[in-house]
Amino acid sequence: MSHFKRSWPFHLMVLPALVFLVVFNYLPMAGITMAFMDYKPWLGFDGSAWIGLDHFRALFDREDSIQVIWNTLVIAVFKIAFNLIVPFTFAILLNEVRQRFLNRSIQTLVYLPHFLSWVILGGILVNFLSTDGGFVNRILGVVGIGPIFFLGDGDWFRFTVVVSEVWKEFGYSTIVFLAALANINPALYEAAEVDGASRWKQTRHITIPSLIPMAIVVGTLSLGNILNAGFDQIFNLYNSLVYEKGDIIDTFVYRTAIVEGDFGFATAVGLFKSVISMILIIVSYRLAYKLANYRVF
Amino acid sequence: MYHKTAPYRVFNIFNTCLLLLIAILCIVPLVHVLAVSLSAKSAADANLVGLWPVEFSTIAYEKTISNSVFLSSLWIAAKRTITGTLAILLVACLAAYALSKENIQFKGRSVYAWLFIFTMVFNGGLIPFYIVIQRLGLMDSFWVLILPGIVNVWLTILLMNFFRGIPKELEEAALIDGSGHFGILIRIYLPLSLPALATLGLFAMVWHWNSWFDGLLYLSKKEDYPLATYLQTVIISRDMSSMSFSRTEFDLLSQKTLNAAQIFIGALPVLIVYPFLQKFFVKGLVMGSVKE
Repeated sequence: MSHFKRSWPFHLMVLPALVFLVVFNYLPMAGITMAFMDYKPWLGFDGSAWIGLDHFRALFDREDSIQVIWNTLVIAVFKIAFNLIVPFTFAILLNEVRQRFLNRSIQTLVYLPHFLSWVILGGILVNFLSTDGGFVNRILGVVGIGPIFFLGDGDWFRFTVVVSEVWKEFGYSTIVFLAALANINPALYEAAEVDGASRWKQTRHITIPSLIPMAIVVGTLSLGNILNAGFDQIFNLYNSLVYEKGDIIDTFVYRTAIVEGDFGFATAVGLFKSVISMILIIVSYRLAYKLANYRVF
Repeated sequence: MYHKTAPYRVFNIFNTCLLLLIAILCIVPLVHVLAVSLSAKSAADANLVGLWPVEFSTIAYEKTISNSVFLSSLWIAAKRTITGTLAILLVACLAAYALSKENIQFKGRSVYAWLFIFTMVFNGGLIPFYIVIQRLGLMDSFWVLILPGIVNVWLTILLMNFFRGIPKELEEAALIDGSGHFGILIRIYLPLSLPALATLGLFAMVWHWNSWFDGLLYLSKKEDYPLATYLQTVIISRDMSSMSFSRTEFDLLSQKTLNAAQIFIGALPVLIVYPFLQKFFVKGLVMGSVKE
């Protein structure tokens, strides 16, 4: 007990955060039981009937939920892949721009979209990409292409979602690679120079290998996002025309629960996503530690 | 010297131009919106506006800032951003200080740490959360925008790692001088962490300013919406009920210019803090994210 006498200020300091975590993070976890109930809001938790795994069976039987899981995977995998490849390449190319002012200016511009919300960007894009004289279709029209229904055709919608996500995030994702580039020992380049290696050879044999560990870390850590296709973005860009190919787990959960009122099923779908994501996050952190000795904590 | 070879010079010029072009593409949509918002109705409706205003007009802004629903949402967003950010920083500072101690000094530290981290990995999902908010009576309250997000675990971990970089001798000396831990936090740690706190505060501000979904989900009255939620309903869901036009105004105004003006005002605070944010965040992002 004498220990507590010394450490009570610490317990007190953690207390506010702990109280809010319990109320807003742990208490909802108890509500997961709804996934196993035929939950009726007017009957509540005590009155609603237990139905075991019925919702989960429905999840794999219903055509719409299977489609939604598939959509989520397709969109998320493309996003993850391009958000790795583009920043990786961009960092290497940006590293070659030696004029400080130009280098800084490019960085300033490419980081910016990350900080704007999808409400703002969605509002901009809907107009920007519209078939009714939107900026992009006007330019495409000059070259004789289109008009393209970027947000009204399922396949183009997926394309638009992936491209606009990469457009928004690639700059910000470049930062970690730039940090890794800054950590490369200059002596390596000096030695290569003495041996008469061209810049391309230096890039192939020094720069790229030095960036690979960071790429492995970024790649494995994004595994946890494989069921995260980006609620904010899809919700602000989609419409009923593209539900078939553009609806993802999170938007499906929202509509099932809030619009249709099917709380039990929606919770089950959400739980399915949370559990898979949790497993993937844990696996990915272990992998990142094993492969690249990366630790967060 | 590869810098001086002809092929490399050609590559360098080509490369710089390409990257500049990509960088400009990152802000083109924003410039377009600004141009539309400052154009006349006829030009905007006829899709004549590119990246420069056509028939310059500020009527969209005049109408926007005289719209009382817009103004009240702006005020709520400001209130939310300031209150929310201060609350996040307060809770995070206290928790981060305690969690930055060694296990020997603070028994139970790792239990707390895991309780924090687990919430990053797993959550109860949308509907159970919704029901908790309902049962707590937070629906339609301003505090529903503040309290659920008050513990930011990511920010707490960054701050914790920052606190760990502060020399332990300072704490030990203060303890010998009879200072308590709250005193050490306030008089030693906080002044030393001002740059870190500023960075994290800016991140929290941007997060609060941009948050829209909570307002949509938990607030039923339009007058209670923060700006982001208001913009979501007006621009994305095209709910026009909160706008009122007289006949003459309707002739002068186009939905396009009006939307563009509102979008731009919504983005403006982020654009204003962005230069400060950028100054810090490259360091901030690396700080705490990589541990040797």
